[in-house]
Order: sequence, then structure tokens, then C-alpha cells
Amino acid sequence: MADTSRRDVLQRIGAAAAVLGGAAVLGRARWDQGHPFGEGTRDRPQTRDFRLKSGPGELPQLAVATKDTDPASLVRKAVEALGGMKRFVSRGDVVVVKPNIGWDRTPIHAANTNPKVVAEVVRLAFDAGAKRVVVTDASCNEPNRCFQRSGIWKAAYDVGGEIVLPAEHRFRTMRLRGEVLDEWLVYTPIVNADKVINVPVAKHHNLAKYTAAMKNWYGTLGGRRNRLHQNIDVSIADLATFMQPTLTIVDAVRVLLRNGPQGGNIADAKDLHTVIATTDQVAADAYGCRLIGRTPEEIPYIKLAHDRGLGTMFWQNLRLAEV
Amino acid sequence: MASSEPARPAGKAVSANDLGGALDKLRAILPKSKARAGSGIPARKVIRALVWARRFAQAGFLGVFLWFLFQTAFRGTFASADTRVRLPLPVEGFLLADPFVGAMTLLSTRTVYRGLLWSLVTIGLTVVFGRVFCGWICPFGTIHHVFAWIFPSRYGKGSKRVESNKTSPRQRVKYYLLYAFLAAAAAGSAAGGLLDPICVAVRAIGLAVIPAAQYVAGVASSGATATGVRALQSGADATGDFLARTVWQSKQVYFHQTWLVGLLFVAVLFLNRFIPRFWCRVLCPLGALLGVFARFALFGMEKDHAKCTDCNLCLVHCQGADSPQGGVKHRQDECHMCLNCEAACPEDVIKFRFLPGRASTVRTPDTARRTAIATAAAGAAMIPAARIADVLDTNYSSKVIRPPGSVEEREFLERCIRCAECMKVCPNNALHPAFFEAGVEGIWTPILIPRIGYCEHSCVLCGQVCPTGAIQKITEEQKLGVGMKPVSIGTAFYDVGRCLPWSMATPCIVCEEFCPTSPKAIWVEEATVPKRLPIAGQDGKEPEMTTVHVQRPHVDPALCIGCGACEKVCPVQDQPAVYVTNVGETRSKTNVILLENTKYSGS
Repeated sequence: MADTSRRDVLQRIGAAAAVLGGAAVLGRARWDQGHPFGEGTRDRPQTRDFRLKSGPGELPQLAVATKDTDPASLVRKAVEALGGMKRFVSRGDVVVVKPNIGWDRTPIHAANTNPKVVAEVVRLAFDAGAKRVVVTDASCNEPNRCFQRSGIWKAAYDVGGEIVLPAEHRFRTMRLRGEVLDEWLVYTPIVNADKVINVPVAKHHNLAKYTAAMKNWYGTLGGRRNRLHQNIDVSIADLATFMQPTLTIVDAVRVLLRNGPQGGNIADAKDLHTVIATTDQVAADAYGCRLIGRTPEEIPYIKLAHDRGLGTMFWQNLRLAEV
Repeated sequence: MASSEPARPAGKAVSANDLGGALDKLRAILPKSKARAGSGIPARKVIRALVWARRFAQAGFLGVFLWFLFQTAFRGTFASADTRVRLPLPVEGFLLADPFVGAMTLLSTRTVYRGLLWSLVTIGLTVVFGRVFCGWICPFGTIHHVFAWIFPSRYGKGSKRVESNKTSPRQRVKYYLLYAFLAAAAAGSAAGGLLDPICVAVRAIGLAVIPAAQYVAGVASSGATATGVRALQSGADATGDFLARTVWQSKQVYFHQTWLVGLLFVAVLFLNRFIPRFWCRVLCPLGALLGVFARFALFGMEKDHAKCTDCNLCLVHCQGADSPQGGVKHRQDECHMCLNCEAACPEDVIKFRFLPGRASTVRTPDTARRTAIATAAAGAAMIPAARIADVLDTNYSSKVIRPPGSVEEREFLERCIRCAECMKVCPNNALHPAFFEAGVEGIWTPILIPRIGYCEHSCVLCGQVCPTGAIQKITEEQKLGVGMKPVSIGTAFYDVGRCLPWSMATPCIVCEEFCPTSPKAIWVEEATVPKRLPIAGQDGKEPEMTTVHVQRPHVDPALCIGCGACEKVCPVQDQPAVYVTNVGETRSKTNVILLENTKYSGS
């Protein structure tokens, strides 16, 4: 003890006290008192509303183009009937085009949106002054194959579209606060836009009977989408509440009548040479389901969306343009 | 350089003297190049040039190897919808040029499969120049070269390094491993791929290093995103996109029990700390095979022992531990032909030349005949020993789902070198290195784990990259069964107790939706089933009953191809209600359920 100086003792005690004090301060600052284990707050559902604020005036609300066999001109005619793409896309807009690129199938199987339809929508958006046109989807099968073999990658690239493939870092968790969909991974390239154009393909679906516009929003979700089928109708209604596009252009050029949504047999699809354009995604599905011999009343998610005020299932009440 | 010259009056002509003085001053500023020891005789210009050529070749081949490995993936193209999906590069090229792979499969199957004929080029190079493959080309050798250069501790420098670079009896091990694996191949197993350097490099970098780097990058990317700083977020997004397009793919990949692959890789790199190029000198069976052929080399070393001063500079830089120093015979079979010894020698002792004198050279492996025979016999005996364990002839594991186009299991084991090319290329991360599922003999052979990824219906890339034909190069038409029976790798089964429509009165049929065959192998039975409401009834009564319409899925074993899409997408997350086992696989005549399947039509 004799050779320990007072200074040394104080230094050692001081160092020990500083370490203990530091640990105490750190522990208190980062103290986890346990999470309250219960339901989070449930507010109004979250929405991404890309619809035009100005009404249609005297213009048609639902345009159906059938009098042609060229998919591109069907698209042009349908959009023209609604007042032209300039009504929907302003100069400098970032436009997201959301086709269905869900499956590793070629265009003849009609499981994905027709590439010619997608390309024409991209071209019209650029003609209307869009700064960037992003074409993307979160596929079911392996995305690289889906994008290539659907023909959409090349078709959209050829007209200047920016193709974004789903990558893990592009999904962010969001609170949708829907009836069954609360916290989900959302595919950000679809929601980060000035304008969103939904370009689904009309087809048979073994569980939902018919799907096109509203079901296409499955492609905005990541994570374990396979659970959605347990309540597919409410899931679709929740997604349609979340995503309200500027414009919906339904590709019914070639329609899968059986074994949807994936198909695989050429005999299951039939050429109908139809393109539906509308600002009302509920009416799009209500009108479209007749193409495969269904009525809107038979399809629960259409009724649900109608009841939520997302649009109207009584498409007959809309100003219709058949071109 | 120009700026360091002294200033001089403008317009005056520069004399040679001025320039010389400037150069002298320049030399005084620049670090002095190390004076050569001893007599200081400079190495021949051609040797100095060749040493640099070797370094560039090593960097180049390692670069090509890594580039091929990064390209062992399908990332989509602008090709039209009907273009067949194939990789544009011969990404398995290094394996095709690997004579150890060629020799094993020649012994096991009595044939040389397709591109493996390229391994003759490597044999040819060896017969002319010695083991230049090891010193100049082998990417795994280059990795060890680099690690042996940067890794040694203070215990691995100077005289310690000289000691560790002397020829050691342990270097015989690789020859014994070679004989054991070649005998095992003759007995019916290409298990030597476990230690083939190219296989190790593809497997370790492809299944462990790249996925781990991707994982780290993912964590960093989420961290950058969480900061909320716009610039950081878009920077992370752009970097993520770039890496997903070049090095890995857009989804994080996982590999079954890959920790062992990674651990062994790290361990063998770490050994460079103690013995430079431990792998190349002691373990590499390909190096041993080339060592056997190096006896014929037309190019080699000649030593003038009388001039040697025992400075040991040659040993400091020796790669192969092949006794370049004076006083002992050079070991031609161990030499990597790096030429460092001649470049380092200050005494004019070492000369590399065509048709050198053979007086001071040992050309053949220093192995004892009896040990060689014993190790070969042990290698051959390993195969029946592994097969009396109950994994092949009886009690074959239902989990051994082989990739589509795989040959019958016995032939598969004769061909599969566990190079992991198929696992790396699989777009859905479906193929994994088996641990003990396929027995000890089948370790690291590919199996499909549907819960991690399913077999993409129209994809045939695993067969395209397989260098040995364990997975044959089938076409889309053969796999899908256009005008013939499709290739089946197994059959799906329902665990109805876990299936939502079967036992929980809940609609689902995601499995049916994903079933890719046409007509679908999964069909549904419409049923109206009772369902108890999940809330208590009034006045404490039992909950009320209602009815629900569900579609109950069934498998048609005659149509099921075992792709596993149903198992992958089943929402019962932990243990799926539908799962695939390998029964009914096209490649087997015995592993069948249905009577009609016995009319076997495979190759």
C-alpha cells in the first residue's frame, strides 16, 4: 500500500466510476421496458389517389374500343374517346404504367398484358409530355423470365419506357390500414409517381372468377401474398382502396377464358379485340367481366368496391363511348 | 516527371550533361530500388517480362473466372418473347478445361462429356510448359498466391519463409488424394469434385462469399434507407440496382447448410499464414494430376549448382516449394512455373529453357508405390462403404429431388462433381448443396428444396451449365413435354390436416393457381362445408354454425411434375400443407407410384 500514491488511487477509482457511470447512462438511455402487446391504432385506410381532380365535363367516362384488330390502335381510340392522353398526363410528369407481368408466359397465352398495348400506352404518355415513363410490376414467377417472355420488356424499352424489375430493396413496409390488409411490404416504384396508369389484362381467375383492373394491384405488394387468397374479395377491395389510378386501360385483346390466372394452354384463350379505358376502376371490372360471361353481381369484390364508393358497378349509368 | 527537372534559362539548348545531372537528382529523390544481393547479376530481360506477363495473366484469368461466376445467372434481356432463355457466355468454361474433372468422369462413365474435351488443352499446355495452369491460370491458385503474399505473420517472413518454402514430404498428400479420387471415380463416384480447385472456387465463392456479401450490402442498404436522407436513399437504390444487375440478383439468395462450404474456404485461405499456398502444394488433386503430366514438359529449369551462394532468394519467392535452390534437385512435378526464382537469382544459377538438361531435376512425384496403391484401394473401397449405408439402394431419402434432366442416381453420382454451377444459375434459388440428405457420398450434390424456391417451369439453365452431364442439356420442349411426356422430378402430396380448404373451412387454392402444367396437375373439388363462427354464441351457448363454399385441391400424380411451385406458395408457412417428394421422377425406373409409369421412356 505504501507505494500507492493518493493520485494513483484517485485515478483508478475515477476510471472505475467513469466506466460504471457510462454503462449506467447507456443502459438507461437504451432501456427497453417491453412493448405494449396489443392492437395498433387503426385509422382511416391509407390511400394513394392518383385520380384527376377535375371532372370529365361532357366527355365519356367509359370508352370501349372494339372496331379494330390492331391492339395499338384500339388503345389509341379508347384513350382518344376519353379526351386524349393529354387530359391525364401533364408535361414533366413521372408516369407509372402498371401492366400485369405476373407469369412466365408468352403473349399467346394471354396471362400477361399484351406487350403492344403496354407499348402504346407508354408512347401516348410520352406524346402527352411525360418526363419519365416507368413500366413495372412485382411478378409471381421469376421476374426476369416474366419480363422477357411476356414481351413487355422489349416492347416498352423500344418506345423509351424505363423498365424497373422488382428487387428486394424496392419494397418498404407500409400501414395500409385496410379491412384485412394492414401492414404490408409495398412495391415503391408503383406508388412513387405523379400519375399511375393501370394496364391490366382481363382474364379468368379460378378463385375470384374474373380479374382485371382491381386485382392487378396485387402487384403493388411484396411479402407473403399467398395469404390474400383466404379472403380474396376483401383483399382486392382493400387494394383498390389503397391504389386509385389516374386511368385504367384494360387489355382484352386476347382473353384467357379458363384455367386463370396462369393459363398455359393456347386453347384456353380467345381473341376478343377489345380495349376498355376508363377513370373508374370498378366500372372497368363491372363492364369487363361480361366478356367472359359473368355479371358484376356474381363477383363479390366488385360489389364491395362499389359499396365503399370507389366507383360504380353500374357501368350502364356512365357515359359510354363505343369506338 | 517533367516538373521535377530543374528550371533552366529559356531558349538554351539542352545538353546531354544537363539531362544526366537532372536524372541523377531525380534518382536521389525517388526511393532507391533494392540493390541485388550477392554478385547482383540482373535477371534476363525475357524472364522479367515473363514474370510480369504471368502477373497479368493471373489477374486476367481470375477476373474472367469471377466475371463468369457473376454471369452464372439469368438477368433478363431485351430478346423477344419467343427467344429461348440461355446464358450467352460459356460460364462453366474453367470446369471444361479442368483435366481432373475430365479424368474422373472418363473413369466413371468411360466417356468424355461434350465440352470436357477442352481439358486436353490444359494437358497440352502442361506437356509443353509444365504446370503453367497452376502458376498462371488457375483462379483458385491466384487467390492463394495473393493470400500467401499478404497473409504471413512475422513468423512467416525471412528465414521462416525460406523454411516454409522448402519441399516438404507433406506435399505427397495431394498425389495420394489424386489416386484415391481417381480410384473412387473408377468405382463409380465423382466425389473428387469436393477437392477440385475450380469446383471449390465456384462453390465457395458462389454459394458462400457472394451471398454473404449480398447480405451485408442488403443490411447497409436498409440502414441507408432508414436514415431518411434522400441522397443516401437514392444512392443506396442505385448501388443496389447496379449490384443486382452485375454481381448478384435482385433477391437475396440462401443456400442450405452453406456454412460448412464457407468455413472450409476461410480455413484453407487462413493456412496461407503458416505455409504459403498450402492448398496448391498439399491438397490440390488437379495440381497433382498436372504434376504427373509435368514429367513430359519440354520447358523447364536448369541449375548451375557451382555458382550458388545459398542466398535463398529463390526460396523466398518460390510458389510451388519445388527446391529451386542450389545443392538439391529441382522438383519439376511441383514447380508452378512462376519464374520468380530465376528473376530473384543474383548469381546466374537458375535458367529456364526449352529441353533443359535433366541432371539436376526430379521429374516424377516422390510417392511410395505401396502407399499409392493403398490410397487408391482406400478410395475405391470408399464407394461400396458409403453405399451399404442405407441411402441409395434402400431407404433412399424422399428429399433428394434432383434437378430436371438429371440422369439416374447411380450415373448421377458418377457425373456430379459438386461444382455448384446449377445452384448458382438457378433463378429461383431452388437448388441447394445436399448435406447428408443424399448420404455421405452425395454431400454437396444438388437437391431441390421447394420451400426455398421452386423449379421454374420453362427454365433449363441448370442443364446448360452442368459441365459433366449429370444434368443433361434438355430443351424446353423436352422439359414441358411438347409431344412427349414432360420431365418430372417428383410428385406433390397434400397434408390435408394442414390444408385450409380441407380442414379449416377457409378458401385458398394458391397451389392450384401456381400449378404450371396444362391441364393442371392440381384440380379442385367444389364443396360446401360447415364452419363454426369464431365467437361465442348468445347466453354462453356454443358458437353458431354456418356454411362456407371452398375448393378442395387434389393432385393428379399422372400430371404432376414435382416442380414444387405449390409447396413454395402454400400459405401454411412453417410446414406446408402440400409438399413434394421425389417419387415419380422421370429418371428412375424404380422410384415410381403408378403402374403406367413403369413404361419408362427416358434415355
